[in-house]
Amino acid sequence: MAIVKRSSCLALRVSLPVLIAVLVASVVVARQRPSIILATTTSTQDSGLLDVLVPRFEMERGIEVKVIAVGTGAALRMARSGDADVVLAHAPTSERSYVNAGDLIEGRVVMHNDFVVVGPPNDPARVRGQRTIAGAIRAIADRGTFISRGDESGTHTQELALWASAGIDPREVPRREETGQGMGATLNVAEQKRAYTLTDRGTYLAQRRRLTLEVVFEGDPSLRNIYHVYAVNPARHPEAKIAEARQFIEFLVSPAIQQAIGAFKREQYGQPLFIPDAQPARR
Amino acid sequence: MDAGTLIVTLRTIAVSGVATALSILVGVPLGYILARRRFTGRTILLGFINTGMGMPPVVVGLIVWLLLIRSGPFGGLELIYTPTAMVLAQFVLATPIVIGFTTASFQSLSPQLSDLLRVLGAGRVRMLWLLAWETRLGLLAGVMAAFGAIVSEVGASMIVGGNLERSTRVLTTAIVTETSRGEVERALALGVMLFALSLAVNVLLTVVQQRNRP
Repeated sequence: MAIVKRSSCLALRVSLPVLIAVLVASVVVARQRPSIILATTTSTQDSGLLDVLVPRFEMERGIEVKVIAVGTGAALRMARSGDADVVLAHAPTSERSYVNAGDLIEGRVVMHNDFVVVGPPNDPARVRGQRTIAGAIRAIADRGTFISRGDESGTHTQELALWASAGIDPREVPRREETGQGMGATLNVAEQKRAYTLTDRGTYLAQRRRLTLEVVFEGDPSLRNIYHVYAVNPARHPEAKIAEARQFIEFLVSPAIQQAIGAFKREQYGQPLFIPDAQPARR
Repeated sequence: MDAGTLIVTLRTIAVSGVATALSILVGVPLGYILARRRFTGRTILLGFINTGMGMPPVVVGLIVWLLLIRSGPFGGLELIYTPTAMVLAQFVLATPIVIGFTTASFQSLSPQLSDLLRVLGAGRVRMLWLLAWETRLGLLAGVMAAFGAIVSEVGASMIVGGNLERSTRVLTTAIVTETSRGEVERALALGVMLFALSLAVNVLLTVVQQRNRP
């Protein structure tokens, strides 16, 4: 027994200083390089755009970006609780209430893409013939199966607005399921269930290779998907890193990066995933 | 507790309960055979099973997903994103745990006991039953370990179930969803439910296990 005790004591005596050294070292390393938390939507992450932009920002400005990809609802709540420094989101209506409450400041338009309705190639609900998005939604409610994100993301918010504009309560649509997951996983479920879903064009194009789903409705003005970037207000959340956040915003709207956004995967898909929209700063 | 939470909890009990029951039906006889027979490769096989006791659920989920998707070998069954697919994945996770515990429990019994029972005229099935009762401490520990592992597992359920709100959302996947929605209070409440469910099942089994023990 005594031997066991002594050896565990020894182990402790050796491991404790090592542990402390590692902790101190990690704090020192973390201090050396400033970092920000970017709360954003899964669509920017899934499309691969951030994989191009974030390393470039880190290299040019020497600021590390920790990307937390969640639904827009969660990204905005992270801003409200001061858990993020920058927010990149695509649900202007939800964003407005956070701007009005003073959680988000210095918002800028970055880019847009659009939502499309995708469905099985044989289009069992006959959505293709519809002229309006409301008609398309009604056709799906009557004759199709619909897979919803159901995760309070920007895409989910957009979908709910479409049901509302078609005068249908989505809770009462019998063949509508919610995945509570990201766009990629939701497209998988729609594919396997031969169902319809609403997706941002970027994620759909990025995954089209392994999907049989086809675009069955597009082009309605209400399907436009606009991305804004905001800084978290340091007046409300003193821990928010406003200087680094401003650098990230400036970076996103700078002419060189705007051009890079427009060129992102354009050759690969034959069409741009995102259309840059940043206007010169209003003074 | 709202209706949604109740349904998710009941579904969790159903899916993991059925998977555990199936793993007992398959795992206990297999473990019994492994404990009592000697054959070549037995130790290696036990090594594999003991490895299986710690299989990463996401990997099992991925493999079951690949088998069940429409383009996969069993796609025609249309089982992907159904509770059945979840039961299947959880069964694969639970069975090695049940086999491992069963083998160890039966091997810890004195060999004279089975000789005595044979002399007293016990047949094969009766022998399994009597020995199982004698070693119920270890067997029930195995059942608790198996149920505990699969009821708290999230990776496989998410991948093969799809976390569909009306058919395949269970407590663990619901916690992931609520957390990513930023609904931390709801996520915590579901976490408490999961803990309560685990506690209830384990207390029940422990009572059975410890009954009539000095």
